[in-house]
This record gives sequence, structure tokens and C-alpha cells, in this order.
Amino acid sequence: MLNKIYDWVDERLDITPIWRDIADHEVPEHVNPAHHFSAFIYCFGGLTFFVTVIQILSGMFLTMYYTPDIENAWKSVYYLQNEVAFGEIVRGMHHWGASLVIVMMFLHTLRVFFTGSYKKPRELNWVVGVLIFVTMLGLGFTGYLLPWDMKAVFATKVGIEIAASVPFIGEWIKILLAGDSTILGAQTLTRFFAIHVFFLPAALLGLLAAHFIMIRRQGISGPL
Amino acid sequence: MHRGKGMKFVGDSRIKAENKMPNVPKDYSEYPGKTEAFWPNFLLKEWMVGAVFLVGYLILTVAHPSPLERQADPTDTTYVPLPDWYFLSMYQLLKYEFASGPFNIVGALVMPGIAIGALMLVPFMDTTKERRPFKRPLPTAFMLLAFAAMFYLTWESVANHDWEKAKAQGEIREEVSFDPESEGYKIYAGASCIGCHGDAFEGGLGMPLADTGLTAEEITEIAKNGRGEMPGGTFKGTEEELHTLSEFISGLSTE
Repeated sequence: MLNKIYDWVDERLDITPIWRDIADHEVPEHVNPAHHFSAFIYCFGGLTFFVTVIQILSGMFLTMYYTPDIENAWKSVYYLQNEVAFGEIVRGMHHWGASLVIVMMFLHTLRVFFTGSYKKPRELNWVVGVLIFVTMLGLGFTGYLLPWDMKAVFATKVGIEIAASVPFIGEWIKILLAGDSTILGAQTLTRFFAIHVFFLPAALLGLLAAHFIMIRRQGISGPL
Repeated sequence: MHRGKGMKFVGDSRIKAENKMPNVPKDYSEYPGKTEAFWPNFLLKEWMVGAVFLVGYLILTVAHPSPLERQADPTDTTYVPLPDWYFLSMYQLLKYEFASGPFNIVGALVMPGIAIGALMLVPFMDTTKERRPFKRPLPTAFMLLAFAAMFYLTWESVANHDWEKAKAQGEIREEVSFDPESEGYKIYAGASCIGCHGDAFEGGLGMPLADTGLTAEEITEIAKNGRGEMPGGTFKGTEEELHTLSEFISGLSTE
């Protein structure tokens, strides 16, 4: 039955090459930890993606309870943390995942750097990687405000002041982020929520797609 | 054109066997050793690594519940903030003389900008064919230097932060139940007490006033003579008012 459905779709859309492309490619020995234990350093990129997937899933579940307004944001997080079944675990995974994804990304960057894998022809993938790096830091920064507790507001205040000190466009960046030139409040929270949940994840998914398509085009770099 | 599952591929599946394109599959035959298929062989091994990682991740999550401080009060100017750990090196940089005050731009923009910019341009600066780290000493040295600098700045930031105070200033405080219409609260709000002890007795410059365990006499004594950082004689009302106030504060609890 399933085979028939598959054949029916495949006959019309030729979907086989799409998944065969992912399934069929060969993985060389020098990146396979089953053959050389030291090859675990090649796992860091995959683990970064793994945590990213967990971040997206746990974040989706968090938004089922979270309310992005200054009256209820903290209360909704408190409720999620203390009342909702497994809420503490879901929030905990999102909280610790935010740090783990940065750790894994640091390690992946160092691996690519010290194995010289960014060299021709992979320059563009390195540049996209650095952009992913910046996007992840942005996600960390915007996510820090959302619980609307003391450290969230005051750390964000400092961050926005730093952004405001950029010459010429500083004030403009500040208003874009905070929603106002003086107040850090309701407007700031909704903006950070939108940036954290829609803008940056959209950018991240686009960049990740580019990152992975380039890896498939170029293959993984050879042994040292 | 043949479509469907019966289609033959050569090595890399994007190239069809009957195609007229030159068949140059991207396999790894130029590399020594055993290659294996991504699906399902290698993916299974990756999943094993992922599962081990996930166990550690979940243990961390269960052992350390994620922190939540009390609800934001933007008027509390005494709060000393700290960003998440991965921003600490940049934050620490702003505390040095050459990168703060009139040179704020150096710490806020120039140095992080150089770091990110240099990172992005690495492939265009290090253009030799050599890949081994020891065969290209300059890039390796610069990366180690940058890593050491970030590590040092983060270390300094953590070492110089008062963690005890940070914990206390963010703690969730139980709400004090009281009647804002009561005479005691009216006296409290009318006097200077409210400035330091907060409009809901949550404390601020002064200590929180609920569950003090002090008797009314002791509170009268403290209001008159002061204690610790609190100066004496700040209450300007009558003896009778002070008595009412002391009784009121002595009875405050978070229950």
C-alpha cells in the first residue's frame, strides 16, 4: 500500500533523487569515530545541529505557555516552571541548550579552523558559518530578556546601551530594538520576542540550509 | 525518461547512470581507508554519539533547574547585571580604561568588530594550500591568542563578580500580605521608611520587613536608635504613631 502511494507520487514528482542524494553519499574513514576515536572532533557540527533542533522543538512548546507582555511574561514563566507538568524540563532544555549550542558551535569552529577546512574551495561555507555564529549570539541575547526577571531586564539595558554607543546608527539600532529611545518596557519585550521567535530563526534556517547544501556540493574536507 | 525507484545511479545519486554527463561521482576513493554509506550505517553511529550527548544534556537539565529571578522591577537602580557567560568577555572588556568612558567605542564596537571581521575573512587571508596547524604558524598563533584573550577576560569577569550579592539581589521574594488601608501602612507610607524598605516591604536599600521575628518594642528601639546601616531618628511622627507602626511591622508575614 505504502509502496503504491510512493510509486504514484514518485512517478509524477521524481522524488527519489531528493532523498537518495542524502542517503547515498559516502562518509570517509577519517571522519568516522567508529574507525578512529579522535574523529569525534568531526561530530561537533552535527551536535550543534542536534541541539538546534532541540532548541526549536522546546521553544515551540515554550510558546504554548509564554505570554510576551510585561504583566504576564514573568508570571507565565513562573507558572510553566513550577506548575506545568514537565515544564521545568522543557524550559531547562531550552535554557541549557542555549549554552550547549554555543559551546558546540565554538568547538566546531575550532575544529574547522585547526584542520584548515575553510580553505579553497570552502571559503563561502566558512563565511556562512560565521554568519550562523553571529545569528546564534543574537538568539542568545534576545532570549535572555524574555523571562522578564531582574537579570533579563538589566542585562538587556546594558546590551542596548552598548548598541546605542555605535556612531551614527547607534540611536537608530536602539529604537529598532527597544521600540523607544528612552524606555525599556512593553514595546521592547514584544520586539525581542518577535526577533527571537520569528526573525532570527528564519535567518538561521536559511543559513543552515545554505551551510548544508554547500557541504553536499563540496563534500567533507580530506584527511590532514 | 525513466523515473521512479528502479532508476540506476552511479555513486553520487544526483548523477543518473544513463545520463550523458561525465560520471564523476563525489565518492572518497581518493582517500585511504574504509568509506561507508551515510544512510543508514553512518547515521546510526551518529545517533549513538547523539544519544550519549543527550543523556548528559538531560542529566544537566534535571540536576540544575534553569534559574528564574524575581519579576523585573526597572526602578531598582541598585541591581548589578551580568550577561550570559558567552558575552562576559565582551562585557569585561568595557571595564578597562582603554575601552570605556571616552574610548567606549573601542570596547563596544572596534574590538568585537575586528574579532568577527577577522574570523569571517580567515579564508581570504590564509590562502596557502597547507592545512596542518603547525605548518601555518601565524593563523594558529592568532587563533590561540584570541582564544586565550577571551578565556582570560571571561575568567576576570567571573572572578570579579560578587556572586553572593548577585544571588541575593535577584531572589524571588514571597509577597507580604497586608492591608494598604490600615493605619499602620498609612503611617509607614507617610514616613521615610517606604523609601528604603519598599512599598510592599520587599526591601531595597533597607532590609525586607516581613518575618523579622522582632517584637514591637525592638522595632521601636531600632527606629529610634538605628541598626547597622540604618540611621536612628528618621521617624518623625509621634510616639503613638511609632507604637502603631511597630505593632504593624512586627505582625507582617509572607503567609
